Amino acid sequence: MEGLITASGLGPALDLLALSPPGWGGNLLRGLVNSMQIALGAFGLGLLIGLLGAYGKLYGGPVIRDLLAVYTTIVRAVPELILILILYFAVTDALNQFLVAQGYGRIQISGVVAGIAVLGVVQGAYATEVLRGAILAVPAGQIEAARAFGMPPLMLARRITLPAMLAFALPGLANLWLIATKDTALLAVVGFGELTLETRQAAGSTKAYFTFFVAAGLLYLLISLISGRVFGWLERRARRGEPGAGGGGR
Amino acid sequence: MTGWLQPHRVVMMALALVLVLWSALSLRWDWLPQYAPLLVEGLWNTVWILVVTSVLGMVLAIPLGLAQAAGPWYLAAPARAFCTVIRGTPLLLQLWLLYYGLGSLFPQFPWIRQSDLWPILRQAWPYAVLALTLSFAGYEGEVMRGAFKGVPRGQLEAAKAMGMPRLTILRRIWLPQAVQRALPTLGGETVLQLKATPLVATITVMDIYAVSSRVRQDTFIVYEPLLLLALVYMCITGLIVLGFRWLERRVPQRIA
Repeated sequence: MEGLITASGLGPALDLLALSPPGWGGNLLRGLVNSMQIALGAFGLGLLIGLLGAYGKLYGGPVIRDLLAVYTTIVRAVPELILILILYFAVTDALNQFLVAQGYGRIQISGVVAGIAVLGVVQGAYATEVLRGAILAVPAGQIEAARAFGMPPLMLARRITLPAMLAFALPGLANLWLIATKDTALLAVVGFGELTLETRQAAGSTKAYFTFFVAAGLLYLLISLISGRVFGWLERRARRGEPGAGGGGR
Repeated sequence: MTGWLQPHRVVMMALALVLVLWSALSLRWDWLPQYAPLLVEGLWNTVWILVVTSVLGMVLAIPLGLAQAAGPWYLAAPARAFCTVIRGTPLLLQLWLLYYGLGSLFPQFPWIRQSDLWPILRQAWPYAVLALTLSFAGYEGEVMRGAFKGVPRGQLEAAKAMGMPRLTILRRIWLPQAVQRALPTLGGETVLQLKATPLVATITVMDIYAVSSRVRQDTFIVYEPLLLLALVYMCITGLIVLGFRWLERRVPQRIA
């Protein structure tokens, strides 16, 4: 095994990727953990915003609908990088002005929190559209039947609408999750130490650009392949009991 | 028109107008005349990068989609692997891999440095164009795969029965119907491609985003360049959406 590694010329590359300090593998993994933290947080926040947004767009008054239309249109038309910069500067600035006005000292928002907040707002706009479409795909008769039984709105959402729409929403949500994992790379531009930035630092200090960028690419690829499996399993679960196509539950 | 112009919309538009007037009058825009030539140049760079990479990416995407939809396994497997890798890794990483990786590899070969291409390879934009093209091809290859598969078999069988050569079938029957199916998706993907272009600023290409960053560094004005940038991107997005809507209307459609 040792001989094989030396013969293939991978030895120096593996030394560079070692987990303990002369190698940079530990930094890469730390970056990966940061990336995943932000992706998970942003995806969760996005789901919450998306759920509220979808219900607002479907059942809200005219003002709420128009405001949500403005929100989703703007966020989907402006590059994420620029939204990150605007929200990052503006939110930090506004919060500090508020704190100073209230008589507290300034604070520095941590990169993780800022990243989650910014990407969450972006994800929320896309999730609103995905969930709105999914809720619309639920047969109206089921919701009307639940209303006819006198179900209160929250119970209706919990027992009928949300479970029934899940199968329709999951492909879109899987896509959103992959976008969330890849969008964390954008935080490298504002100097947050996630996987891509750690990779560039490692590559820059060792001049082994290919080794590190390919290694990081494999990590991202691994995440997306695992996520694909998990979402495939979730979708099969959500579709169980559905007749015909759907692939599972037979 | 009356259905659209409701009272609350009038109020919202008035509020938006007040917001626009306020930002036009009370924010700082005195840097604009000085940086106007640079901004126009940046806008031009953004637009040509978007157009060139979308067109080249589409040209690559058609064989990628065709290989996955109908090709033999030794063409389908590499095409699928390419699409998976492109779609599974962040564009920023691909861009940096090409720019820093290839950029540090090329100077090691004397024959590359002596070739006529070297003055071009030393600049940043070839890597930006390459990365964005490959990325667009990866995403669109997947879209085209679905579109090629979505064309009804009967159409292709009828063409074959008429004795059409395979290339003619592709050119006259298969490709036009696939593109027609994919048009709405392609519009959205082009907007996504536009939103990916500011990443080229990280490898020193002077697009409009890079110009606004420079304004920020030079003058310490933070919000105004970013607001202008958001406005510019929204305008381009609007143009893309309108363009694709026009294209979609030009394609005759039979609604059953």
